[in-house]
Amino acid sequence: MAEKKTLLKIITPDRNFFDEEVDMVIFRTIQGDMGVLPGHAPLTTILSIGIIRIKQGEEEKRATLIGGFAEIQPDRITILADAAEWPEEIDKERAEAAKRRAEERLAKKTEDINVARAEAALKRALVRLELCQYRE
Amino acid sequence: MASMREIKRRIRSVNSTGQITKAMKLVSTVKMQKARKDLESTRPFFNIVQKTISSIVNSSKGISHPYLEQREVKKTLYIVMASDRGLAGGYNNNVCKLALKYMEERNKADIELITVGRKAKDFFERRGYKINKAYIKISEEPKYSNAKEIEENIMQLYSEGKVDEVYLVYTSFKSTIDQKPMVKKLLPVDTSDFQEESQEQRRTLMIYEPSPESVLEYIIPKYIASVIYGAMFEAAASEQGARMTAMDSATKNAEEIIDNLTLHFNRARQAAITQEITEVVSGAEALK
Repeated sequence: MAEKKTLLKIITPDRNFFDEEVDMVIFRTIQGDMGVLPGHAPLTTILSIGIIRIKQGEEEKRATLIGGFAEIQPDRITILADAAEWPEEIDKERAEAAKRRAEERLAKKTEDINVARAEAALKRALVRLELCQYRE
Repeated sequence: MASMREIKRRIRSVNSTGQITKAMKLVSTVKMQKARKDLESTRPFFNIVQKTISSIVNSSKGISHPYLEQREVKKTLYIVMASDRGLAGGYNNNVCKLALKYMEERNKADIELITVGRKAKDFFERRGYKINKAYIKISEEPKYSNAKEIEENIMQLYSEGKVDEVYLVYTSFKSTIDQKPMVKKLLPVDTSDFQEESQEQRRTLMIYEPSPESVLEYIIPKYIASVIYGAMFEAAASEQGARMTAMDSATKNAEEIIDNLTLHFNRARQAAITQEITEVVSGAEALK
């Protein structure tokens, strides 16, 4: 099994983010983290906001995945995300500003704000900041 | 016949108009190529979303979901996509007129309207339609966040029962010289759109987590957003294509007018010379 690889495709609305053979993928679904090895049973699942870990031999790559879903076939994994970024693509200051903004909005809890949207914004910012740590 | 100076002035003004139209044509050519390229890059996402929906719809027979169910139509929402700027030939007018044709079949009070682009907003405001939301300054460089915002908007209206049908009116981009306004039904999703293509692809049994319904519930808004996103790019490419054609013919017209005026100018010049010679000759004659 060790030599077997699976094709991982990550597609966002505006680009093909990733398209290579990989050994293992770990990502976050709405029901918790999930690791996929080559030869997985066909499965379609919804993704939450989180970090995807892509293992290729000794190397491990990380990227953010903002929402979307994954379609898993034994020989390939297709992930459609609203947005995806490598660590070096993240604008740290912007993410921090977004985090502050979302926190303020949640703290106020006024009637007119969309709590779900603010929470999602906060989550996005946190995930981006977390990924910044892995920047080389 | 107009005086030489007058003709000269006209030539100069037509010439500068021609230069402007020529420049505009070049600019829209570049912009169109960019929009076309962007349109291409949205295709893979759209295709996979569509494939996934069709495999869910087909593998789980008799799946029911509010997004798929036809209900009694009381209110209809139209999304009309035009541009912010004119000078694009019939582009804005064609798409707005097509939308109007459909809207006139219904009662004005039963119509909800979302417009993209200033021209669409003006068009329907002039005709006394109430616009729910008008998006301006997004049509030239569409962003996914814009498409998503529209999608969230219509999903909310639809699930609250404020509208029972959603149509998208946009200009589809066939080629540089051929753009066609189109109407596409967004909601309820027509399952027959997905049925036929899955006949060929035989699929192994797919597990849906947490359930086919919830995956569908999640994916359909994505599908709608990607349809809107794709349509925005098609509209942007069409706008530039239409402007390119319009500016091309404007430039040609300007050249034609200049040719014509140059002819008139030369005739006027000749006439003036002839007259002068006649005057000189007749003056000399008189002295004899």
